[in-house]
Amino acid sequence: MASLDMGGGGEGKGKQKKMNARVDFTPMVDMIMLLVTFFMLCTTLLKPQTMQISMPSDKDDIKQENKSQVAADKAITIILDKDDKIYYFEGKPEEATVYETEYGKDGIRKVLMSKNAEAMKKVEDLNREFANKHSSNVKQDEKYREEHKKRLSDIKNADNTPSAIIKATDEATYLNLINALDEMQICFIGKYVIDKIHEQDLDMIKNAVPLKK
Amino acid sequence: MGRFKIKKQDTFIDMTPMSDVMVLLLTFFMLTATFVKDEPVKVNVPGSVAEIKIPEANLLTIFVDTRGKVFISMDTPETQRAMIEQLIREDVGFSLNPKQLDELSKVPTFGTPLNTIAGWLELESAQRTEILLKNPEAGIPLAEYQEDGSKIGDDQLKLWVAAARKANGKNMGIAIKADSKTPYASIKKVMDSLRDVDENRYNLITTLKSGE
Repeated sequence: MASLDMGGGGEGKGKQKKMNARVDFTPMVDMIMLLVTFFMLCTTLLKPQTMQISMPSDKDDIKQENKSQVAADKAITIILDKDDKIYYFEGKPEEATVYETEYGKDGIRKVLMSKNAEAMKKVEDLNREFANKHSSNVKQDEKYREEHKKRLSDIKNADNTPSAIIKATDEATYLNLINALDEMQICFIGKYVIDKIHEQDLDMIKNAVPLKK
Repeated sequence: MGRFKIKKQDTFIDMTPMSDVMVLLLTFFMLTATFVKDEPVKVNVPGSVAEIKIPEANLLTIFVDTRGKVFISMDTPETQRAMIEQLIREDVGFSLNPKQLDELSKVPTFGTPLNTIAGWLELESAQRTEILLKNPEAGIPLAEYQEDGSKIGDDQLKLWVAAARKANGKNMGIAIKADSKTPYASIKKVMDSLRDVDENRYNLITTLKSGE
């Protein structure tokens, strides 16, 4: 701590009176503490994240119908039910078996990942390729990121990737829906749709193959 | 004698380093933080892995609480005012006097049926919150959409969203902020209502999930 030498010294003639040059910072610290406290209490640091979704419009019904017909045999349908239950089946509802599963990495994610293994592998390769592509040049870095984004979306939306249909019963919660949408992101499934649940689906989940513990 | 003399201690503590640190902290908070918007309806949003940030400006937020009640809010008083003025012009039997209009532009979040808004604005702010939270009549009325596309009831959210879109232009974003425990039935109603006014792209607000 730099402190001025106070007192002492010699008995030299014509000695100037030494001034204490130290300023008391305590009031300043008090004030700043108050300000910091105010900012800590009244502001948020985290901006909320969002999930962007686009829903099919009512207007282009015909187009939508075509799409779902094409997708039907490659699609995996996920049904969200009350009490955090989740079911899935593959392909056309008439000939499919419904399985019960659970949220998280050992449940639905495993299923989706095995369905989408090809795309997952491609994404992994892509990430490896871009892992070292960082540049100190801002523009160049931006370019890499753009390219990465574009190629990622190409992989996700390729023709041979599975598509998913998410249906939720009225008793399912918003959290269930978000979790299901999350799995789409984690498993790099680009084509998914949130659809209305039909009577037929409700009947199907009654006969679902229960979860093995 | 000198041995027993207690050495005079300097009790003056140098506050300079402390004040340095404090100023740094203060600067950090001032630069990074955004002010909390007062939201009378507390919703506990679910976590997700999504990393897209919410649009900065011109955002219509639709709150859905655990009971399925719907409230709306624009990000600034100016845009909120534009939305309300537009709705009054739409001639749907909704009018406010200039004082009420001013008041409604400033409230952070609102959501009562159109015919009760004027009465709601007369109340103190604590009572307003109380009504939003407790009154079974609170929340913007939504229609129940049937399987065959017909609907039962008066869909006022549709009016608000359409008015907001008209008043605030193409760039306005729509975000749904719902509680984790909100039943899907309520979310579906909101989504149906949005689809009815041709709003097919919107954001679902989440927080960052930790772990996994």
